[in-house]
Amino acid sequence: MSDVTNTKRVIPDRLGTKASRILASWEVLLFAVAVAIFVFNALASPYFLDVWNLSDATFNFTEKAMIAFAMALLVIAGEIDLSVAAIIALASTAMGGAAQMGIGTAGLVAIGLGVGLACGAVNGLLVSGLKLPSIVVTIGTMSLFRGISYIVLGDQAYGKYPESFAFFGQGYVVWAFSFEFVLFAALAIVFAILLHATNFGRQIFVIGNNEFAARFSGIPVERVKFILFLLTGLMSGVAAVCLTSRLGSTRPSIAQGWELEVVTMVVLGGISILGGAGTIGGVVIAAFVMGLVTFGLGLLNVPGIVMSIFVGLLLIITIAVPIIGRRIREMR
Amino acid sequence: MKLARKLMIGVALAVVAMTNAANAKDMKIALVVKSLGNGFFEAANKGAQEAAKDLGGVQIIYTGPTTTTAEGQIEVINSLIAQGVDAIAISANDPDAVVPALKKAAQRGIKVISWDSAVAKEGRIMHLNPSSNELIGKMCLTLAKDHLEGGKGDFAILSATTTSTNQNTWIAEMKKQLKDFPGLNLVTTVYGDDLADKSYREAQGLLTSQPNVKVIVAPTTVGVLAASQAVKDAGKIGQVYVTGLGLPSEMAGAIKSGATKEFAIWNPIDLGYTATQIAYHIAKGDADGKPGSGIKAGRMGLIKIGENGEAAMADPFVYDAKNIDQFSKIF
Repeated sequence: MSDVTNTKRVIPDRLGTKASRILASWEVLLFAVAVAIFVFNALASPYFLDVWNLSDATFNFTEKAMIAFAMALLVIAGEIDLSVAAIIALASTAMGGAAQMGIGTAGLVAIGLGVGLACGAVNGLLVSGLKLPSIVVTIGTMSLFRGISYIVLGDQAYGKYPESFAFFGQGYVVWAFSFEFVLFAALAIVFAILLHATNFGRQIFVIGNNEFAARFSGIPVERVKFILFLLTGLMSGVAAVCLTSRLGSTRPSIAQGWELEVVTMVVLGGISILGGAGTIGGVVIAAFVMGLVTFGLGLLNVPGIVMSIFVGLLLIITIAVPIIGRRIREMR
Repeated sequence: MKLARKLMIGVALAVVAMTNAANAKDMKIALVVKSLGNGFFEAANKGAQEAAKDLGGVQIIYTGPTTTTAEGQIEVINSLIAQGVDAIAISANDPDAVVPALKKAAQRGIKVISWDSAVAKEGRIMHLNPSSNELIGKMCLTLAKDHLEGGKGDFAILSATTTSTNQNTWIAEMKKQLKDFPGLNLVTTVYGDDLADKSYREAQGLLTSQPNVKVIVAPTTVGVLAASQAVKDAGKIGQVYVTGLGLPSEMAGAIKSGATKEFAIWNPIDLGYTATQIAYHIAKGDADGKPGSGIKAGRMGLIKIGENGEAAMADPFVYDAKNIDQFSKIF
């Protein structure tokens, strides 16, 4: 019997003071990294501390972060959506086609969001309806959605968007705050409330921690997952509107490779890739970290390949540090 | 503690970065390429550095995204705008998607030109093509003439598909300019669809059905390579020659075997050199780059800007046994 009590899993008598727990949390660690990068950038380049330059820099991450918010919820619930970039391509292609037919800005936005929702519904039905693993389903739909764009467009491009459509990706709400940045901030608040202050958010955590228990507690697991895929599709549609507006044109290769950057943002933000843990605040800070790194290194004209090495290292370090820290504490 | 250490590393890196930066008064010209780690663009950078040395007081910022995406190039453009460079010379991944970002650059006083792969008219002052259709057509005929004894004899064209725009334009140019080459006689045009095996079979067919053909001209790298192989396999090296447009890295073997004496394609070093010269003169204000004007581009001579603000740099560059080793390493 004494063997059982001798397992490695240690349950501490107390959790330590509240202050020490906050200080050791992922978000604080990440925030320190963000501050360090900010200071480094400001010291390294004389062009960094300029309001308009910083405003330009936000475009490096706002669209990806919008998707990352929804993706965070999905990952917490134990699922993933790798088709988000392909949804952007398909939504953008649909908007481009509609724009050629003379449909106005409001109509284009509706089409972009609608296509996003529809794609999300396809993913959701396949995962929660047919109970297929989401990673397989969305790798499939990733090729499917972008494939349709390639069939429609081939090597052609859609241009000729109405002038007022440019506001979403190129317009400013007040002063140096772009529409995209304001939308990013607003969505951050909405998603933070949804995840941390509603029943729905609590259900997401329960599903991610123990789906089996969630079912027994009467949580409509399939419905929650379906809604999360819808939400991810919708946010991809929102990102498609912003990106298409910013580029002013559509090609089937639009947003190529973004799914991995979005997932990186989510993981860097402290969302457990195994599900069940994480905060929207972490994702917000991670978005800033990634945006600041790419912009800061860009100002120093560091080649892109070095940047991806840097982001990779950052990811490994931020994941490894808390784990190593815990091991050290356990050894004592 | 961790933060302090990170900061210290940061400051150290910053100092390194500062010392690397050239004199602040230098004119900064950004050479933005489709993606880094591509031999063609590395060669263009070599040319840009050469131009910077010739001009003096010029700092070249050679940059580009890791993958060939428009979004990646826009991030690069944004950071160049923030640095307040004087000019951007870009080979675009997408002619339209980079336009809004480049327009913003223009609004902030940065002179933008495109080279190699064009940007739509609204996004740049002028575009530098490596060559023009007319010059390419002429070069193909010149190559054919040079391979024929006394510049007289029969030749055939091995093209890509019947619908490929580039190839058809070049063939039309060749036909148009045939009158300037009195000894040349175009026997036939065959299509290898830019597939290695089909091109090979078409070339084989030419060798047997048209015994008078002494030169095969292929304005595509797949065609010129396949035809060289067919000539070699038929044991007709020295009797039939192959020439056209090809990539040095792929053509090195054909040059070595003797099936091809020389072929042509643009020279990326010259292209980077010329783009830098043009960007310098426009940014300095001694040229405006408007259609109909001309810009002096150092050793490349006067570059005339034509319709749509497009300019052609020069004749395609001729590669032969003397320079193939140098360039086959590049692209």
